[in-house]
Amino acid sequence: MEGLRNAPHSMGTTIIGVTYDGGVVLGADSRTSTGMYVANRASDKITQLTDNVYVCRSGSAADSQIVSDYVRYFLEQHTIQLGEPTTVKVAANLVRLLSYQNKNMLQTGLIVGGWDKHEGGQIYSIPLGGTILKEPFTIGGSGSSYLYGFFDQAWKEGMSKEEAEKLVVKAVSLAIARDGASGGVVRTVIINADGVTRNVYTGDTLPLWHEELEAHNSLLDILSSGSSAESPVPMST
Amino acid sequence: MMLPGSNRRIHAVHRHSGMAIAGLAADGRQIVTRAKSEATSYEKVYGEPIPVKELAERVASYVHLCTLYWWLRPFGCGVILGGYDCNGPELYMVEPSGVSYRYFGAAIGKGRQAAKTEIEKLKLSELTCRQGVIEVAKIIYGVHDEAKDKAFELEMSWVCEESNYQHQKVPDDLLEEAKAAAKAALEDMDDD
Repeated sequence: MEGLRNAPHSMGTTIIGVTYDGGVVLGADSRTSTGMYVANRASDKITQLTDNVYVCRSGSAADSQIVSDYVRYFLEQHTIQLGEPTTVKVAANLVRLLSYQNKNMLQTGLIVGGWDKHEGGQIYSIPLGGTILKEPFTIGGSGSSYLYGFFDQAWKEGMSKEEAEKLVVKAVSLAIARDGASGGVVRTVIINADGVTRNVYTGDTLPLWHEELEAHNSLLDILSSGSSAESPVPMST
Repeated sequence: MMLPGSNRRIHAVHRHSGMAIAGLAADGRQIVTRAKSEATSYEKVYGEPIPVKELAERVASYVHLCTLYWWLRPFGCGVILGGYDCNGPELYMVEPSGVSYRYFGAAIGKGRQAAKTEIEKLKLSELTCRQGVIEVAKIIYGVHDEAKDKAFELEMSWVCEESNYQHQKVPDDLLEEAKAAAKAALEDMDDD
């Protein structure tokens, strides 16, 4: 039983990146697990690389953090050298080089998304081996298995910002419902010409899919709303 | 006695950029080799063609390096670097001291003073690349001193929409057209 709590931190995860007409929307769940124990139920898996490029991390928490840190460092130097914001393509390529050249040691799938003035909004998928693929939308993490069919049906070209974010939130919440390694809140990051917007959707704002319990702040609320007696008093030792 | 086309002064650095050398040809080769290697290694790491500004800075710092140590001699040549990146067409000149600036019109070599004067007369923002080719040919022929200088061969390259944004030699028919226009302009000048 000990092994169930001492496994390395991994982000079971559901991550999504979607382009829309004018930018990109990145989405992720917030569960970090060590084996069966949820080490962090509100983690932020969407990390900033530059002002205009963010990355969704999945797989080993340590590996994805280190890769992000290195790429952020290289991009900062590159921006200073160039004298203008780096492009999303450059950021994705640096992530890819690190992933590919260290493929024997790393276990992390990443989605790089951002906006630049030359190519607009772009999403790059960099899965386990270090392949790089530019795609209009992409999904990753253990929870993504349950979303392939959903996206085949629900995705369309040229969505608006609101439509794209709605799609991402719906998708992550569907995956959370089915994947044990995904859970918590849904975080989204929208990147476009005007800048970056971060949103959080807590459990009570997400639709229920399969007769789950309604979200409550605490069990004590149920008890106090049910009985007319005074609310339970904590035990004293 | 020399075979035409054998004293190349213009070299391609990358798909989108090229370099013209003035001065010691062997030193120029070294700079071109370095520039080519900087361009390919940048693309390997960053996944995009090297911005011309960045390439110019790297060439300049390489040339400057050779002015820092007593056991190295400065490069005996200057270089004009032109390219077309995502920010549009750009022109840079690197001198043997390592100084590098961006220009809209530049000249190096023996006849550079006269050439610069001629360039300044042009309305650069209104010229198309084709027109530019003709004007440049006229200037080269114009500053060539028949009495003092040896015979020369005109070599031209361009990067523009017509060349599909690649650095390539100016097509033969346009080159001939430019040479003819330049010679005609010379005769007009002589007639005065």
